[in-house]
Amino acid sequence: MTSLPLAVSRRRRRGVRHTLDMRVSPYAYVAPFFLLFCAFGLFPLIYTAWVSLHEWTLLSDEHAFVGLDNFSTLLADGYFWNATFNTLSIGVLSTVPQLLLAIWLGHLLNRRLRLQTLFRISLLLPNVTSVVAVVVIFSQLFGRDFGMINWVLSWFGAGSIDWAAGTATSHIALSTMIMWRWTGYNALIFLAAMQAVPRELYEAATIDGASNFTQLRKITIPMIRPTIIFVVIVSTIGAMQIIAEPLLFGASTGGAGGGAASGGPDRQFQTLALFVYEQGFTKFDFGYASAASWLMFLVVVVVAGINYLLSRRVKGGLT
Amino acid sequence: MRLRYLTLTAVAFFSAFPLYYSVVVASRHNSALAEVPPPLLPGGNFFANVSRVFDTVPFGLALLNSLIVAGSISLAVMFFSTLAGFAFAKLRFRGKNIMLLITVATMMVPTQLGIIPLYLLMVKLEWTGTNYALIVPALVNAFGVFFMTQYLTRALPTELLEAGRVDGCTTWGLFWHVVVPVARPAAAVLGMLTFMSAWNDYFWPLVVLNPDNPTVQVALSTLASGYVNDYVLGLAGTAVGTLPLVLVFALLGKQIIGGIMQGAVKG
Repeated sequence: MTSLPLAVSRRRRRGVRHTLDMRVSPYAYVAPFFLLFCAFGLFPLIYTAWVSLHEWTLLSDEHAFVGLDNFSTLLADGYFWNATFNTLSIGVLSTVPQLLLAIWLGHLLNRRLRLQTLFRISLLLPNVTSVVAVVVIFSQLFGRDFGMINWVLSWFGAGSIDWAAGTATSHIALSTMIMWRWTGYNALIFLAAMQAVPRELYEAATIDGASNFTQLRKITIPMIRPTIIFVVIVSTIGAMQIIAEPLLFGASTGGAGGGAASGGPDRQFQTLALFVYEQGFTKFDFGYASAASWLMFLVVVVVAGINYLLSRRVKGGLT
Repeated sequence: MRLRYLTLTAVAFFSAFPLYYSVVVASRHNSALAEVPPPLLPGGNFFANVSRVFDTVPFGLALLNSLIVAGSISLAVMFFSTLAGFAFAKLRFRGKNIMLLITVATMMVPTQLGIIPLYLLMVKLEWTGTNYALIVPALVNAFGVFFMTQYLTRALPTELLEAGRVDGCTTWGLFWHVVVPVARPAAAVLGMLTFMSAWNDYFWPLVVLNPDNPTVQVALSTLASGYVNDYVLGLAGTAVGTLPLVLVFALLGKQIIGGIMQGAVKG
């Protein structure tokens, strides 16, 4: 008899603990991600705006408020516009052919196929190769005197091209590296989407005598449009932030004059992200670099927005 | 039909050839690079070149650092992603859908633009030059959470959880005894993907670490950026520092590719 009230209160306590468990634990389980993102993703992004309004260098402890001075200096800085041009140029050169090729490869893989796994693995090999390895390997392949690419081109009568030296040639070399690393990855993402397209559509089209290419244009592309939009946006955001490739390309083709962060002696392949890196981590002008970061953010948003609108217009319809 | 195999074979060749050729160059002497036509078969100089790599940069330390960093990041990402994925997939709480949406949206945020304040933050925490600066910000990420959410929504039977509840399991108990065993295959794929990307990460380690306490990628970039273009040295380092991972991928590729393709369908 005496144990009864005790048992009741224990049960009630267990009840409270149970409600608490049901109510609180879900938030506790998703909290690590949100805390970490706020601390190391969101906060730095916002703090960039604060730093950009100051004269902020590594050497001085005091950070004078200068308003929008950094931004107006930046808009008059020829190197900044040069970097913007290079970013857009490399972005277009690497992304457009890459995505077209990726859709086509996805389409080729989207059939019953022998050696299927082997093809898929080989497509993804470049993507698991580190960016440092990619640039080291391709710098050798693109070498002026003993590079294999110049050797192959010489069969067609080309002279020895100094790939790193010119604006156009260095952009082509860098775009090749980016394409090599990402085409297969995007092809697999397209393939994943294509596998969800009903087979009967293709069978019907084949009976109607539609060619392979017509099927790609009239069935596949309209059906995987959401994935295309997604990949276009992600690739654009990635392309606008390219930094490791030009940094390493500059370093491994002999950073003669200006160091690797300048993107070649004439800044012929300095991207926006590399410009930010140069200002921030070789000149330690954090205020100026942060202002450049914000303008770069603007470029990312504008270009991604334009591409979103463009890729939404991709159609063909099932008419 | 024949054209399809021809095209795919050509693409496979162009994917694999640069990797193969890097091994060829890494196993030669620098003078072989000047030969016309260029050498196409491996030579016998590989181990001599590799030992030169270890003499030029602290490569043993770099391998150890990369192992510690990539290893702890993978374990943490597997754990926290499974935990959050469990909550998003099977638990009921207010604001769940909007929180999941925000999680996916953060994947689009170009966080690299915050690199200067992130660096200043690391200076404040006195983490520059240490592995903390690499590990802590990477303990969990949106991709992992989303990936595990998708998998657990599909693979975890709700009845199993209810049965566990009836037996008096707390949510935490359910996580360990029911969710973790079910999540294991997907978590393993996520772990491998995370390990590879952490091992290959270059830019952030370059910014926060010193050249005398590098990760593999930072050490490789030091090798590659000498004033004399010693390609053989750079490629020998590349072969030791990255090719093992590529080989592991080639062996386990089927599972990893399945994982990438599942995680990819977001549209």
